[in-house]
Amino acid sequence: MIDALDQFMRFQTEALKLRSQRQELLAANVANADTPSYKAVDFDFAKALKAATDTQPGAAAPAPEVLYRQPAQASLDGNTVEMDAERAQFADNTVRYEAALKFLNAQLKTMLAALQS
Amino acid sequence: MSLFNIFDIASSAMSAQTERLNVTASNIANADSAAGPDGEAYRAKQVVFQAVPSDEANGNGPAKVRVAGVVEDASPARKVFDPKHPLADGQGYVTMPNVSIVDEMVNMMSASRSYQSSVEVMNTAKTLLEKTLSLGS
Repeated sequence: MIDALDQFMRFQTEALKLRSQRQELLAANVANADTPSYKAVDFDFAKALKAATDTQPGAAAPAPEVLYRQPAQASLDGNTVEMDAERAQFADNTVRYEAALKFLNAQLKTMLAALQS
Repeated sequence: MSLFNIFDIASSAMSAQTERLNVTASNIANADSAAGPDGEAYRAKQVVFQAVPSDEANGNGPAKVRVAGVVEDASPARKVFDPKHPLADGQGYVTMPNVSIVDEMVNMMSASRSYQSSVEVMNTAKTLLEKTLSLGS
């Protein structure tokens, strides 16, 4: 029974976890915007979510593969943070995190309604 | 929990930018601190930022910022011809600091903008955490 509940909410839970990890990486990019030789990092969310949901229930999801971002305009001090792109990604990730949260909340409400009726 | 880590990262950036702002303030304040023929003139100082992994024990995790050190600007001191100046040397030149006001103003604006970005990142993380806490209600 608990396993079924777990399975029901697994997708959104994994999505939420990955979103918060990505948020952390993007925050680090913004924080290091002025650090010489810092390389901006990110991961492919779709790929990471697929890998996480493909793992067997109970097994730990694999950590997302963190890659360096390809800068559109490289800077002379070796820093590859592009503030505009990072801020856009950060805002995008925030909204999507909130969306995952909303979906998870709705699923919880659905389950609660089923339990109480 | 990842979102809590954002507070650490953003606050490390904020303190690094504050230090940069502090050094800039010192440079601008001393832009005209002249020195005599034998005394050393004030030298402009610059901070050096360094990225350090947030999980320092294991050497991984998203990078925080640390001020690796404050270095002195190596550019030559400005010589101003002013024979009436009490600190002028034999040729009538006064040694002035090598502070470039334009550079310092740019540094100041850059530091304050970066600080603002970090504040915004922190605020967003806080909002997200609050929303996560109210999950299921």
